[in-house]
Amino acid sequence: MKIKVIGAIAILLIVIGASCQSDDQIEFKRYYSAGSLVYQQHCQNCHGDKGQGLSSLIPPLTDSTYLKNNKATLACFIKNGLKGKITVAGRSFDDQMQADDIAPLEIAKVLTYVANSFGNKMGTISLQQVQDDLKNCK
Amino acid sequence: MRKLWIGIVILMLFNACKSNTKTALPILGYKTPVTKTVNGKTVTDTEYATIPPFKFVNQYADTITQKNLEGKIYVADFFFTTCPSICPVMHRNMLNVYKEFKDDDNFRIISHTIDPKYDTVPVLKRYADKLGISGNTWWLLHGEKGDTYKIGKSYLQSVSEKNPKGEYIHDGFFILIDKQKRIRGTYEGTDPAEVTKLIADIKTLKAEPDQIAAK
Ligand code: HEC
Repeated sequence: MKIKVIGAIAILLIVIGASCQSDDQIEFKRYYSAGSLVYQQHCQNCHGDKGQGLSSLIPPLTDSTYLKNNKATLACFIKNGLKGKITVAGRSFDDQMQADDIAPLEIAKVLTYVANSFGNKMGTISLQQVQDDLKNCK
Repeated sequence: MRKLWIGIVILMLFNACKSNTKTALPILGYKTPVTKTVNGKTVTDTEYATIPPFKFVNQYADTITQKNLEGKIYVADFFFTTCPSICPVMHRNMLNVYKEFKDDDNFRIISHTIDPKYDTVPVLKRYADKLGISGNTWWLLHGEKGDTYKIGKSYLQSVSEKNPKGEYIHDGFFILIDKQKRIRGTYEGTDPAEVTKLIADIKTLKAEPDQIAAK
């Protein structure tokens, strides 16, 4: 009897666990596919369809280390723009990205897309996280 | 009898190939009928619009006029260095044209800035360096706004003042000009497929007898 109860609870936990995970996955997929559209409309002209950038004018979005190190400020880059010298993929860039006043949800979606395309694998960047990060923009 | 048929088929195929290699690019632009007197006879000829004389300055501060393009096939476009929308796409694509023909001294690319106030010669030089272009294949041209807008019309392009949002309005076309200064093609510079066609068309144009003969 006891064993049966424990077994049932265990199965329940596994089911809950699995469904939670698939919820996360569904959210990821939603963010990712919507993000790819935002990317096409707002970023692709500059950063390229493969995130390749443009020579030394526009940095590529393929430098996972750079993106990870700046994860908490990526939302600010988009919201407020980015200016000045940065080193991406071992090359230095010194130009300017204009501010793009898109909604925090759009930012979360496009960042999820970027952070999981072009060889990057950083998982979902959630709306909550973007909202928190935006509060701390310099 | 069978051999004859095979022979005819081969001949037909051969002819098909021949007419293929002969394809010439169309001549675009406004046509004007011109009446001339040749050997005492009046004949009507068609004259195609050509690019009029001009004077601009490139990223090296060298003066560039129509004389510098004599005997050269070239591609022209209009841009500005701070353009946030279509220019990065255009020049990402134009880089492919540059790479394909950069060792050909009878070929040039000219990009006119439509924002001469910001895009001074040093700004154009810095842009060229960052874009990764060197030498004389690709000139970024600075000039009076009026001159640039006027020459834009000759290339069938509309370039105009800033719109209410403060953005310059311009077409994203690449225009192919032959050695006789005639327009031979216009290509959507933001579309990689069109730019691939441009590269193929430049090769076709270079092989035309008219172009080989022109010095
Ligand atoms: C008008 C061109 C332009 C557009 C549009 C644009 N960027 Fe940028 N972006 C730049 C430039 C230029 C820089 C480098 C700025 C500097 O040198 O400080 C940059 C830098 C970045 C960086 C940090 C460096 C790197 O490569 O990782 C990220 C991340 C980024 N952009 C993401 C985006 C996203 C996401 C969008 C769309 C919402 C976007 N950009 C739209 C031009 C652009």
